[in-house]
Amino acid sequence: MDRRESIKSLLLGTLAGGALVTGCAPEEKAADIANVDVQPEEKHYGRTEKEKKNDAELNAEVFFSEHEISSIAVLCDLILPANATIGGATDAGVPEFIEFIVKDIPKHQMPIRGGLMWLDNASNKAYNLEFKAALPEQQKAILDTIAYPVPDLPMSKQTQGIRFFSLMRDLTLTGYYTSKMGIEDLGYKGNVPSVWDGVPEEELKRHGLAYEKEWLDKCIDQNSRMDIAEWDDDGNLIG
Amino acid sequence: MQIIESPSEYDVIVVGSGAGGGMATKVLSEAGLKIAVLEAGPYFDPKNPEHQTQLKWPWESPRRGANTVRPFGDFDSAYGGWEIEGEPYTNAEGTQFDWFRSRMLGGRTNHWGRISLRFGPKDFRRKSIDGLGENWPIGYDDIKPYYDKVDKLIGVFGSKENLPNEPDGFFLPPPKPRLHEMYYIKGARKMNIPVIPSRLSILTKRINSERGVCFYCGQCSRACLAYADFSSGSCLIFPAQKSGGQIDLFVNAMVREVTTNEEGKATGVSYINKDDRKEYKLRGKVVGLAASACGSARILMNSKSAQHPNGLGNSSDHVGKYLHDSTGASRAAFIPALMDRKIYNEDGVGGMHVYTPWWLDNKNLDFPRGYHIEVWGGMGMPSYGFGFGAAGMNKYIGKNIGGYGDKLRDDVKRFYGSVVGISGRGESIPMKDNYCEIDPTVVDEFGIPVLRFNYKWSDFERKQARHMHNTFEEVLTAMGGELMGKKPGKDQDYGLLAPGRIIHEVGTTRMGNDPKTSVTNKFEQLHDANNVFVVDGGPFVSQADKNPTWTIMALAWRTSEYIIDQIKQRNI
Repeated sequence: MDRRESIKSLLLGTLAGGALVTGCAPEEKAADIANVDVQPEEKHYGRTEKEKKNDAELNAEVFFSEHEISSIAVLCDLILPANATIGGATDAGVPEFIEFIVKDIPKHQMPIRGGLMWLDNASNKAYNLEFKAALPEQQKAILDTIAYPVPDLPMSKQTQGIRFFSLMRDLTLTGYYTSKMGIEDLGYKGNVPSVWDGVPEEELKRHGLAYEKEWLDKCIDQNSRMDIAEWDDDGNLIG
Repeated sequence: MQIIESPSEYDVIVVGSGAGGGMATKVLSEAGLKIAVLEAGPYFDPKNPEHQTQLKWPWESPRRGANTVRPFGDFDSAYGGWEIEGEPYTNAEGTQFDWFRSRMLGGRTNHWGRISLRFGPKDFRRKSIDGLGENWPIGYDDIKPYYDKVDKLIGVFGSKENLPNEPDGFFLPPPKPRLHEMYYIKGARKMNIPVIPSRLSILTKRINSERGVCFYCGQCSRACLAYADFSSGSCLIFPAQKSGGQIDLFVNAMVREVTTNEEGKATGVSYINKDDRKEYKLRGKVVGLAASACGSARILMNSKSAQHPNGLGNSSDHVGKYLHDSTGASRAAFIPALMDRKIYNEDGVGGMHVYTPWWLDNKNLDFPRGYHIEVWGGMGMPSYGFGFGAAGMNKYIGKNIGGYGDKLRDDVKRFYGSVVGISGRGESIPMKDNYCEIDPTVVDEFGIPVLRFNYKWSDFERKQARHMHNTFEEVLTAMGGELMGKKPGKDQDYGLLAPGRIIHEVGTTRMGNDPKTSVTNKFEQLHDANNVFVVDGGPFVSQADKNPTWTIMALAWRTSEYIIDQIKQRNI
């Protein structure tokens, strides 16, 4: 069974309802904007043969045990839970991402593996339950002791629990906001062919800024972008 | 193992397919010459769906674009980096130089910043101004016609500013500034620091019917599938092939040495085919080295013969000497006014829309030479690392740091696009003691002796970096910013990045009129072998505070015309 699929099925029980995954912005006449066809091909992401092999090898390895990955899922969903409008960390595939990234960046392995046991130990002592089996209120009570670093103290000097949680928070945020769902949540509007014609007027006003005429006069008139450039001998654009 | 020799003879063998090699290939092939181009990496075309990384989403990479495999992340279009498996280099004890190589057709032009600045009149005669280094044997007027031609052929946006040492060119109109750049303009002007539209080789307008127009995805580092930015493959080599040039392209061909005859003239090159790991020889009347400053120096030093016992072109013992990179330092700030942003697509072009050229007079400063300032920020596409430290941003607005849940989600959005950074890129002083040489103890996986670097910054560069950081603080503060991190002190070389990190290394085969103190003449022709030319950054006498690519191409064009003329006159 494919490892990504197996993590998915393993976590199926924790999925909070249907995942909200919507498509990216429509390709609005991309060819017209660039003057050539710029439709991206979806099967590839530009890997060399060696890189493909490396990805395949990492995907074939399994690092986390079932207990570990399901604990990660519970923790990630506490960090970024689903809400009324959008799915949470596991809906966005964050545990699968963390499984991959610790194989890709092995320095994360020990702190996460050890941190999970630290978390279970803390939960067992307090509630006689593993972290993932504790009630949400109990889980949050533990998190409240490790989710707030001491101000003005470098991360290397923070306590073990805080350091573990900070790493998990970082990876959860990155995994989530680099997913389709996370980008929708963030509202990022780019990565599509478009024409940049300056900051929206009302936004400039809100910031108390304005383009100067002298500067604007130098800038591209986007109506002329398809005209082939020509210059006089002094470098003045005449076409 | 037998070396396999090819029967045919080329007019010119070009080693390397980046900016210099691409330009030489185009100009020489269009003159009707038969060209062999050798590239140490595979074929690459950003339009090929299997090579393309542009317009990919972060989730298409299992590591979400992390830099585990490629040093600038999974979507960056450079096959290589500062470390390449099987192709090591060494550093002499107590010194450091980090050597970036991109093994692919087009080389580093596939991912570079497209900052395309002409050197100005002063940049060719720095010794006359501050007594340091050496003057070039040519001046701005010698190279100006070629800058003009490069502008028109390749396309660069910018604006006429009539600044004394930042010559204007044949510009396409620049894009309008983005919001964080408007803040930069405001902050910099408060400190009497000028800001002008940036100058990048990106097509804001069509320049011909072959190439596309920028569609503002901000991803020039991924190489443009519309050919709307400059890469050597898409703008030089493919068009040269298309216009019927006699070009034989050898990819995965790692050149070992230039072969020479009894008169000491070049007869061709020998190379390793990386696919079958066998050695081959090509014959050529002229050899043009464009393997990058250090790559070409390595080939020359490895080309030893009875006629050239110290390596080809190295009777002066100057090959590899005067290696120098640009200086670099950066700082970032949180701009409270940029919190809670209205979200719209501001990807823009792949790089900054505005920049600050060097604006001060060194007479009043404790260091020589200058630097320009680049600015970055905005609501970019997330990739690996996005959200790291997000929970800590609250300290800048006096709130509790940390947390989880919906509050954390809100924090990420509130701070999105509120960090702005600025970087300085400056001119270092070329030093004879900063050099690369052949390491007598190490070979790469192809059996080719590797380079050993000897490089240390001097106080000239450290003081410049200190000045950069003082400027960064002034400007970021004037923008209303809360400075992030700490200003690096003396113990950290004032934040000066290690040599090689800015990837502007030049100077290893510097040009000059005196064969005792230079490797090439003013036409980038070896003093010691008149049918060998170096058309990369090697012949630079000094690297201005400007990115070297435009000058590499202008010089390569000039040299190519000289080669054509010399062949016609039967001088070579």
